[in-house]
Amino acid sequence: MSQNQAKTVAVISDEGPLINTKPLMAPSVILLFIWMIVPLAMTLWFSVRRYNLLDPSSTSFAGFDNYTFLLTDPTLLHALQNTIVLVVGVLAATIIFGVACAMALDAPFPGRGIARLLCIAPFFVMPTVSALIWKNLLMHPVNGLFSWMLKSVGLPAIDWFSDYPLISVGIIVAWQWIPFATLILLTSLQSLDREQVEAARMDGARGWTLFTNITLPHLYRSMTIVVMIETIFLLSVFAEILVTTSGGPGEATTTLPFLIYKTALLDYDVGGASAGGVVAIVLANIVAFFLVRTIAHNLER
Amino acid sequence: MEQSTAQKIATAVFGWGVSLVMAFPILWMTLAAFKTENQAISSPPVLFFRPTLENFSAVFERANYPHFFMNSVVICGGSTLLALLISLPAAYAMAFYPTKRTKDILVWMLSTKMMPAVGVLVPIYLMFQSVGLMDTRIGLTAMYTLINLPIVVWMLFTFFKDVPREILEAALLDGARPLQQFWMLLLPLTLPGIASTCLLATILSWNEAFWSINLSTSQATPLTAFIASFSSPEGLFWAKLSAASLLAVGPILVFGWMTQRQLVRGLTFGAVK
Repeated sequence: MSQNQAKTVAVISDEGPLINTKPLMAPSVILLFIWMIVPLAMTLWFSVRRYNLLDPSSTSFAGFDNYTFLLTDPTLLHALQNTIVLVVGVLAATIIFGVACAMALDAPFPGRGIARLLCIAPFFVMPTVSALIWKNLLMHPVNGLFSWMLKSVGLPAIDWFSDYPLISVGIIVAWQWIPFATLILLTSLQSLDREQVEAARMDGARGWTLFTNITLPHLYRSMTIVVMIETIFLLSVFAEILVTTSGGPGEATTTLPFLIYKTALLDYDVGGASAGGVVAIVLANIVAFFLVRTIAHNLER
Repeated sequence: MEQSTAQKIATAVFGWGVSLVMAFPILWMTLAAFKTENQAISSPPVLFFRPTLENFSAVFERANYPHFFMNSVVICGGSTLLALLISLPAAYAMAFYPTKRTKDILVWMLSTKMMPAVGVLVPIYLMFQSVGLMDTRIGLTAMYTLINLPIVVWMLFTFFKDVPREILEAALLDGARPLQQFWMLLLPLTLPGIASTCLLATILSWNEAFWSINLSTSQATPLTAFIASFSSPEGLFWAKLSAASLLAVGPILVFGWMTQRQLVRGLTFGAVK
């Protein structure tokens, strides 16, 4: 590969003009650089300021007051807890159901192409639509389909968003992300060495044994990638919460993104929200660190 | 591998069962869009009914649906086109004239995608307000261009990488200039890849809900934020909600299905192909 590249470069410098790649790179690099640095610097700056939009004239240096306030405030801890529960719960659900769906759609059967399309469709539904469809048509305590189903088997109806708010939000988010896991795991399954499977079959491996010893280890790498990429996106789940529960009841579904949104745009506390933003950035970066390393490693192959 | 008939049937039932369960909310929404409001909220649910189009006409006339739809189209189309124009040269340079730093640049670009939107909500919001970008199509277009730029560069890069070098070398030896080579050879060769990159960028911006909700109020509101306005509890307009949702989701669903194979590559930054 690298030899090949060297050759290309050589050919180009001999025969044609060696093009200057800087102007080609510049627009995207400069734009992304500004996009990365400016808002981040501003968030950091605001996070050490006392700054309320209701009284913008009296801003002052606050040191770490915003952080101290935030970190000692039970609301943040609660929001962090909700965020982690939501992310971990949805991750577990998407991996388990994603593997199940991928296995179901890997084996050939009539109409498999259409079945695959149906299965991945939820991923393309905009978050506000899926949240509202689930909240009303399916999970509504009186008129929803689920409550009718429960009633028709003699069980009491569940008031999903009052009694199990975080779980309900989790179900919706998981429904959106299972197709993502399915799609990636399905792609990965297709590169499974069929001969290896056949050999294992010859040796008498069946069903579950075959699955845990051959299939699952093969899927492990893609699963890590699914987990990391989903974590990045799940850490900023916002619209689903806004349109279903608005963070409530109480603070039951207030996650970190929603708390920051509330602090900034409903309480107009720029300083506090920015400190929360810094916490969110730190959290995401812990995950991003591992994700970027995995993908960079991949680039070398 | 020999399979008994029973096994074959089990496979088909499992496969179709899983898919229908996953797609059920969408199918149920589609049904509700053609019901009257009374049928839509009735419990037990109405399965057989005379389909009506009145929800669609209501959504079009009273909710000013075309306005929001056009916002989405303009913002998504604009940001996709912009991102493509900015990314193409960069991806080309990195794929065919790699330097020592190319890999670092790629990884750095990817890492800008890891910034949680909510972490920079405050500065972006204040900036938008102070320069008058709040609730404008231009503002949201710029936003989505930046958000999608790393993904577009990466995807184009992986497609360019897949082009056999021999073909390009041959063209150069035949005296083609780099720009000619780019237009006459590379673009046609990678057109399917470029198309699916565009589709993915469009899908992502069409469904983006964080910035659209926070940076628009009415003039530039795209569909994601418009649908969010149905969340107000007064009045349960399920049939109209479903009709509006179906119209909002329909086109992008088709795009998604068209590009499903390349989707994996784009969303995993080439880590899974």
